[in-house]
Amino acid sequence: MGALQSSPGQHEYGDLAEKTGFSFRQIGVLHTRFKQLSHNEETLQRDHFNEIPDLACNPIRAQIVGAFFDRRNFRENGEGTVQEIGFEEFLVVMSHFRPPSLHMTQEQRESVRREKLRFLFNMHDTDNDGTITLEEYRHLVEELLSLSETLEKNTAKSIADAAMLEVASISMGHMEPDEFYEGITFEHFLKLLNGFEIESRMNIRFLRMDTTTLCK
Amino acid sequence: MASRTGTHSPAGICKSLPERGLLLLMVLVFLEGSVLPLGAASSPDVTHQANSDNHIVKEAGHNFTKKPFPVLSLDYHHIQAPFEISLWVLLASLMKLGFHLIPRLSGIVPESCLLIVVGLLVGGLIKLAGEQVPPVLDSRLFFLCLLPPIILDAGYFLPIRPFMENLGTILMFAVVGTLWNAFFVGGLLYAVCQIQPGNPSILHQLELLPCLLFGSIISAVDPVAVLAVFEEIHINELLHILVFGESLLNDAVTVVLYHLFEEYAGVGSVTVMDVFLGIISFLVVAVGGVLVGAIYGILAAFTSRFTSHTRVIEPLFVFVYSYMAYLSAEMFHLSGIMSLIACGAVMRPYVEANISHKSHTTIKYFLKMWSSVSETLIFIFLGVATVEGPHNWNWTFVTVTVILCLVARVIGVVGLTYVINKFRIVKLTTKDQFIVAYGGLRGAIAFSLGFLLNKDHFPLRDMFLTAIITVIFFTVFVQGMTIKPLVELLAVKKKQEAKRSINEEIHTQFLDHLLTGIEDICGHYGHHHWKDKLNRFNKKYVKKCLIAGERSKEPQLIAFYHKMEMKQAIELVESGGGVKLPSAMPSAVSMQNIQPKKLPPAKPAERALSNLPKGREEEIRKILRSNLQRTRQRLRSYNRHTLLADPYEDGLGDLLIKKQKMIELERKIKDMNNYLTVPAAPPDSPTMCRARLASGKDTDFKPAQQQKGNTICPDPQAYSMKPEPDSVPTIQVDLASPQSPDSVNLMDEFRRAEQQHEEDQGLMMKPPSGESGPKKPGEEDGSREHKLMRCLSDPGPSADEDEDEPFLP
Repeated sequence: MGALQSSPGQHEYGDLAEKTGFSFRQIGVLHTRFKQLSHNEETLQRDHFNEIPDLACNPIRAQIVGAFFDRRNFRENGEGTVQEIGFEEFLVVMSHFRPPSLHMTQEQRESVRREKLRFLFNMHDTDNDGTITLEEYRHLVEELLSLSETLEKNTAKSIADAAMLEVASISMGHMEPDEFYEGITFEHFLKLLNGFEIESRMNIRFLRMDTTTLCK
Repeated sequence: MASRTGTHSPAGICKSLPERGLLLLMVLVFLEGSVLPLGAASSPDVTHQANSDNHIVKEAGHNFTKKPFPVLSLDYHHIQAPFEISLWVLLASLMKLGFHLIPRLSGIVPESCLLIVVGLLVGGLIKLAGEQVPPVLDSRLFFLCLLPPIILDAGYFLPIRPFMENLGTILMFAVVGTLWNAFFVGGLLYAVCQIQPGNPSILHQLELLPCLLFGSIISAVDPVAVLAVFEEIHINELLHILVFGESLLNDAVTVVLYHLFEEYAGVGSVTVMDVFLGIISFLVVAVGGVLVGAIYGILAAFTSRFTSHTRVIEPLFVFVYSYMAYLSAEMFHLSGIMSLIACGAVMRPYVEANISHKSHTTIKYFLKMWSSVSETLIFIFLGVATVEGPHNWNWTFVTVTVILCLVARVIGVVGLTYVINKFRIVKLTTKDQFIVAYGGLRGAIAFSLGFLLNKDHFPLRDMFLTAIITVIFFTVFVQGMTIKPLVELLAVKKKQEAKRSINEEIHTQFLDHLLTGIEDICGHYGHHHWKDKLNRFNKKYVKKCLIAGERSKEPQLIAFYHKMEMKQAIELVESGGGVKLPSAMPSAVSMQNIQPKKLPPAKPAERALSNLPKGREEEIRKILRSNLQRTRQRLRSYNRHTLLADPYEDGLGDLLIKKQKMIELERKIKDMNNYLTVPAAPPDSPTMCRARLASGKDTDFKPAQQQKGNTICPDPQAYSMKPEPDSVPTIQVDLASPQSPDSVNLMDEFRRAEQQHEEDQGLMMKPPSGESGPKKPGEEDGSREHKLMRCLSDPGPSADEDEDEPFLP
C-alpha cells in the first residue's frame, strides 16, 4: 500500500535536500515512509504515530512524538506546538539524526553538537522557558523508568534529585543555602554533557527502510 | 652478575636492602640449584615420583647404619618445582614493583620492553652460570597457565557496548585482515626465497606451505602485547576496542590456519576440497568457541543465583567456570580465547547482580592480579627464551619478514578501512587508520605457536623462531616505544578520564530509547531496534532465570544509581584525608538549592536561630574558625601517622577515624534533614522521631564525639542545632544497638535517610503552622537573617578546599 503513491519529482526534492542535507535517495525512502504512516494524506497527526506498533512499548514515546510536533525543532526561533506536520517538517526533525560527515572542521563539529544537544534539550524542556526545572527532570526520569513494574516513585525522584544536584554543582560551583538553582539552562546542558560524544552517538542510518513489515 | 645488580640498583635505592637481598637470593638459587625444566612443573607427577624415590633410598640407608637423628637436613629436590615457580612469580612481581618505583623510566620505555630486557639478563645469567636454560615459554605452560588469566581479565571487563557497536569493523579486521596478512606475508616470502638462483641458500628448500604457515603465525596481532602497550598510552575508546578486539577475535583465524597448514605441510598438496573444509572449520572453531563459552557463562550465572548463603566461594565459580570453558574449547581445538571472552562477557551482568559487593571486589582484584603477573611472566620468559635459542639467523629471511609484516599491515588496514567506511556511521579518519596499523603488535602467542612446530616436519623451525622473535622484538620495542610520542604528535583523541556521572547515564538511556523510537518511526529495523528487542527479551526471560530476587527487575538506571551511591559511600569511609560528601550529595550545593521555591529557603533556619542574640554572631563565627583549624590539624597529624601524639584519641587507631567519618556523614545527612524540616519541629515531633530512628545507630559514637567536645566537627552546618539547648539531649536519649556498623550499614543509613528526606519535603512545603516550636514572626530585618545564614553556612577553609572538586570536568 505504501508504494502506491506518486512520488514528487527531483526538483521538489532539491530544496529539501539543500535544507536538510539528506540525499535524494534518502528523501525518497523517507517520503515513502511518510506516506505510509499518514495513509497517503498530506499531513501527519499524532494518532498516526500512535499507530506504530513498535513505538507502543517505548517508555519515552510521548516525548518522541511530541518532538515531531514542536515548532522549536522546525526552525530557529519557533515556539509552541502544531497539530499536524507536513513532509517537510517530518524531514527537518529527522535531519537531527543525520550522521556527521567524515571531513568536518572543528567549528562544524561543534555546531552539529550544539544542534543535536538543542534537540535533546527541547525534548526535556517541555514548557519552553529555557530551563529544565527539577519538575521536568523528575518527569523525564519517571518516564524513562516507567516500564518497570516494581518501581516506587521515590526512586525515580531521588535519581532525578541526585542528577540535579550534580548539575547544580557542576554549573554553579558552591552555592549559598539561600541561593536557588532554577534549572538547567542550555549553556549548563552543554557543559554537563561535555564528555558525552553526542555527535557520534545520536545518529541513525537512513537507508534500507523496511516498509513492508508495518504495512497493515 | 655485576650487570644484573647494576640494573636493579635504581630500584634498590628506593627500597634498599630487603629487595636487593631477595634478588641476590634468587640469583644464588638459579646458580646453585640444578635447575629442573620448569615445564616439568606442569606435569607434577614426574617430580613427585622422583621425590618419593628419593625418600625410599634415604629410608633404606637409614635402616642399616644407625645414624644420629638429623636435626637439620637439606632436601632441595623435595620442594624444587614449586619453589622455582614461586621464585619466578616473585621475580616478576618484584620487577613490576621496581619499575613503578622509577617513574622516569616507565614514562619513556613501556613496561613490556623493560621486562623483556630483564628476561634477557636472567637468561644470560643462567647461561653464564653454565646451567641449562629451562624452556620456560613451553607451549603447554603458556597456553594452559599463563594465557587464560589475561584473556579472562580482558573478557570479563570487556566494554561490551563499544565492542558490540563496532563488532562489524572488528570482525573485518580480525578475519579478513588476518587472512590477508597471512597470505600476503607467506606468499611474498616464498617468492623472495625463490629469487636468488645463483647463490645456493638454505632458503631454497623452503616450500610454499611452510611459508604460509609461518605467515599465519606471524600475522596475528597479539592481545597480550596490545594490552600491555595500549594501557599505557590511554588512547580513546574506539581505537582501543578496534585494535584490542581484533587481537582477541583473530584467534579463531590463527588456530584454523595453523592447524590447516601444519596438517598439509606434511602432505604437500592442497585441493579445493581442503580449502572448503578449511572455511567450514573456521566457522566451527569460531562459533563453537563462542557457544562453549556462552554455555559455561550461563551455567556460571545460574550457579551464582544460589550462592547467597556461601558468599566466600562466589568468586571461585567465576574463575573455575571460565577456565573450564577455556579447557573445553581447547579440547576440541576450538578457539579457547573466544570461548573465554564469550564466557566472561555473558556471565558478568548476571553474576554481578547476584554476588555480594565484596565478592565483586575480590573477583576484580584476583583477575587483575593474575593477569598482571601472567603478563609480566610472559614478557620475562620471552626474554629468557630468546637467550636460550636455538637460533638460526638468516639476514634475508628476517629482514624480508619484518618489512613484509609492516607493509602487509598498512595495506590491509588502509584497504579494509576504505571498505568499512562505506558502512560506518562514524568514519575512521586517517589518524585512526595509522594508529590501528601501527598498534598491530606481535607477541608471545606467535612465539609459542612457533615453538610448537615439529622439527621433523619443519627443518627450518629454528630460523622461523628467530624471525618470529625478531618481529616480536621489533614491534614491541620500536613500535611500542614510539607509539606514545606519535599519539601525542598526531593529537589523537585520548581517553576521557572523567567517571560516568548520573546525568550521562540518564542521557545514555534516553538516547537509546530515542534512537529506537526514531528507527521505529522510520520503519528501519536497524541496530537500535534489534538491541531494544534483545534487551526486552533479556529483561523478560533471561534475567528472571539467572538473577535471584528483586534485583532481576531492577532497571539499569537504578542499578547504576545504587552502584554509584555505594561506591561513593565506600570511598568516603575509606578516604583518610579531607571530608567530602559523596557526589550524589555534593557538598557545595545542598538539596535546598534545587528545591522549588515554595517556601523561602531561609525561613526554617531563621526560625531555629531567631532566639539568638545578635551579638553572638561574631562569637559563633570565631568558634567555627578555631574549630575548623583544629580539625585540620588533627587530620594532618593523622596523615603523618602521628596518631598517638594526638591528645584526643590515645591509642584508638584507625577504627576511630573511620567511625569519625561515619559520624560526620550521618551528621550531614541529618543536617540535610535539619535544613529542611527539623528546626521547624519541636524535638518530640514525629519528624524528629523518625529522623532519630533513621539515624539510630549514631548514638554509639556519641561518647567519642562528646569527648572531643564537638570541637572536631568540620562541618559548620552541624552547628545549626547547637544553639538550641534541648537538641543535644534528644539525640542522646536514643538506645542504640551496640553493633559496630560497617559500610553496608552505613549505606542503609544513607539511603534511608534519603528517603526520609524525600518524605520530609512534603512537610517542608507546608506553610508554617502552629506546631512548630520556638517561633518568631518574620519581622526580623533581612540583612541580619542573611548574615546569620552566612555565618552558619560558612564553609570555612577546609570546605573551600574541596569545593566541587569531585565534579570538575
